[in-house]
Amino acid sequence: MSFASVAIIVACLVIMGSVSMIALNIDALIKDMETQNEVVAFVDEELDDAEAMAIEAAILQVPNVADAEFVNRQEAMDNFMSNYDEQLREGIDVEVFRHRYVLHLNDITKMAETKQGLENVPGVAKVNAHFDYAKAFISIRNIVSVISLILILVLVLVSIFIMTNTIKLATYGRREEIAIMKMVGAGNAFIRLPFIVEGLVLGLLGGGIAFLALWGLYELVTQKVLEVFTGSFLNVVPYTSVHVYVLGCFMAISVIVGVFGAVNAIRNYLKV
Amino acid sequence: MIKMKNVRMTYANSDVEALNGVDLTINDGEFVFLVGPSGSGKTTIMKLITGEIRATSGQVNVNDFDMVHIRRSKLPKMRRTLGVVFQDFRLIDNMNVYDNVAFAMRVVGARRRDIRTRVPYVLELVGLEGREKRMPNELSGGEQQRVAIARALVNNPRLIVADEPTGNLDPVRSLELMLLFEKINEMGTTILVVTHEKELVNAFSKRVITISDGHVISDGMDGYYSYEIE
Ligand SMILES: Nc1ncnc2c1ncn2[C@@H]1O[C@H](COP(=O)(O)OP(=O)(O)OP(=O)(O)O)[C@@H](O)[C@H]1O
Ligand SMILES: [Mg+2]
Repeated sequence: MSFASVAIIVACLVIMGSVSMIALNIDALIKDMETQNEVVAFVDEELDDAEAMAIEAAILQVPNVADAEFVNRQEAMDNFMSNYDEQLREGIDVEVFRHRYVLHLNDITKMAETKQGLENVPGVAKVNAHFDYAKAFISIRNIVSVISLILILVLVLVSIFIMTNTIKLATYGRREEIAIMKMVGAGNAFIRLPFIVEGLVLGLLGGGIAFLALWGLYELVTQKVLEVFTGSFLNVVPYTSVHVYVLGCFMAISVIVGVFGAVNAIRNYLKV
Repeated sequence: MIKMKNVRMTYANSDVEALNGVDLTINDGEFVFLVGPSGSGKTTIMKLITGEIRATSGQVNVNDFDMVHIRRSKLPKMRRTLGVVFQDFRLIDNMNVYDNVAFAMRVVGARRRDIRTRVPYVLELVGLEGREKRMPNELSGGEQQRVAIARALVNNPRLIVADEPTGNLDPVRSLELMLLFEKINEMGTTILVVTHEKELVNAFSKRVITISDGHVISDGMDGYYSYEIE
């Protein structure tokens, strides 16, 4: 039974860890896309070149703007031309293009506020931002974090439940001993201690095994994923960059599960 | 010392009163038999004394502790002033005689040196010298009950309560056990013994409290077992 409860704790922690690692990778992916996601602020045509360049400071003042690059008409046109063939280029005048700032945001989820802020900057005529991307990313991120949070909560409760039952079994085998201890005046702490130690040992054992199991599993899966997506933009978060946190969380959860389980299991015995 | 005043007890899962107004006082140093028909409330009184259950109303004082209002966290302290003996001995099967007794000292945090001197002394007092290494299942019923008495005695309680301690023993063992209780009483410990055995009670000239239908019907120093068993 002790073996079974350790196994269940390992399973719960590995699932929790997997979900968290998936969430972490999705998050990293979104961050990655954020840095590639450009917002373009077009400068009012009334402004001359010097004035257009002068509003850079004001644009950088807008919260959430990570960096801003000024692109003048000519550059914008050259850029545009390089994407199209000769025929189309004919007849296009540089005056069609506006001066503009190409911006990157710190946090893509605040895109709407940032757009508003940019539009309020004097000299900015129009702001182009890809909300649909941002919205999709935000909802994915939200869904992933809600699911992983719920799952983690459920799994912690499951682990506590399993631990409670394991230790209940242990206390059941020693219920007469516990009754005798109570009759001769042993304090509750004294009676609890061995069971709490047992819960802690089982919990920490489970936590340690889960940490290593998750590591192995993660390396295996990420390797496969990288093989499939070779050469693409996809990056994975390396386990070693988070393993201290994983270990810390696992140990903390194990301690909570072990102690709660033990205290829960012997509560009934301590009533009399 | 035990003092009960107008004690009423109704168990949570029942609607009849197990006790309906018990008054009794047992002073330090007394030896008292508590007798009465089956179901009259003797075990209920014992459980009120040990703090296993709480009275529905009335007053229960044991060794200066108010057992009706005592905080749960104070129970261990209270129980160290009390020794309890049961009909079924309640020894720990996988501990030998010595450890069963020493256990009671260890769990209250006694010093090792004190345990090493006190346990052999108590085992000798109950007549178990030379049996220290035996396991409970290698002992007779009478010997097992002596281990239980040694355990009740080892922390030097002011009071020992025993609920039918001779219920599983033959008449000769029963008499020997009562003589042991008498010896312990003479050394200063208050003794309260519940028993069904008329012969045994009448063999001693002790105070006898008779209980019937949840209250005291007689209380006398003449040592007379005053009701007829059905
Ligand atoms: N845990 C309980 N729950 C409900 N009723 C109980 C409980 N224990 C005892 N009773 C009832 O309380 C009354 C007194 O029981 P108690 O055990 O005190 O009797 P007793 O005098 O010890 O009897 P006996 O000589 O058979 O041991 C009985 O009517 C019994 O049915
Ligand atoms: Mg009884």
